[in-house]
Amino acid sequence: MITATTFLNISINAAMIILPLAILLVMIRLLIGPSLPDRVIALDMLATIAVGMIMVDAISTDQIYFLRAGIVLALVAFLGTVSFAYYMLKGPNDD
Amino acid sequence: MMIEVITGLCLWIGSLLVLIAAVGIIRFPDLFTRMHAATKVGTVGIIFMVLAVAIYFGEIGVTVRAFLVIVFFFMTAPIAAQIIGRSAYMIGVPFWEKTVCDEWAVEKKRGDTSASLHEQGKL
Repeated sequence: MITATTFLNISINAAMIILPLAILLVMIRLLIGPSLPDRVIALDMLATIAVGMIMVDAISTDQIYFLRAGIVLALVAFLGTVSFAYYMLKGPNDD
Repeated sequence: MMIEVITGLCLWIGSLLVLIAAVGIIRFPDLFTRMHAATKVGTVGIIFMVLAVAIYFGEIGVTVRAFLVIVFFFMTAPIAAQIIGRSAYMIGVPFWEKTVCDEWAVEKKRGDTSASLHEQGKL
């Protein structure tokens, strides 16, 4: 019989193992991705997983300030994805 | 007591969904199917983790900010996926060989000029 706090600690540790595993898989796609949009999607997914890790860290350290860092990271990742798409569409030869 | 259990369950569900999204990014055969995995499953996984934060702290300020993150992800993930898929189609990323439907190519063959805006430099 485990208590609720122990279950929460187990869950935090499991998330801290599972999320880097996901980052590893996405990094493989980032390296082998045959085209540029594949890599952009992998980068977007990396930022998403990073927001998830920030949330887990906020729970494990009892600090609510990490939530704001998550908001900022999500915003920057969205802007990066959109600008990558824009410059992909413009092509490599334009100014 | 109950809050810890619900938080832990949300963390399990969220991290496993994110892992499923990462496996989908590795395993799917095509850019567009990969995009589908990353956007849908990844967004739902992150939303479960933000819900875990909101439930664990249980303060009004944290809950409002967590709701803000959820709304932000729901708004931006489809936009990012659509704009990336559109650019990928424009620069000619190949489909999977078992793809059955490409409506834009059919429109182009019929002579619709809206598909050739890219060649005119208007995009």
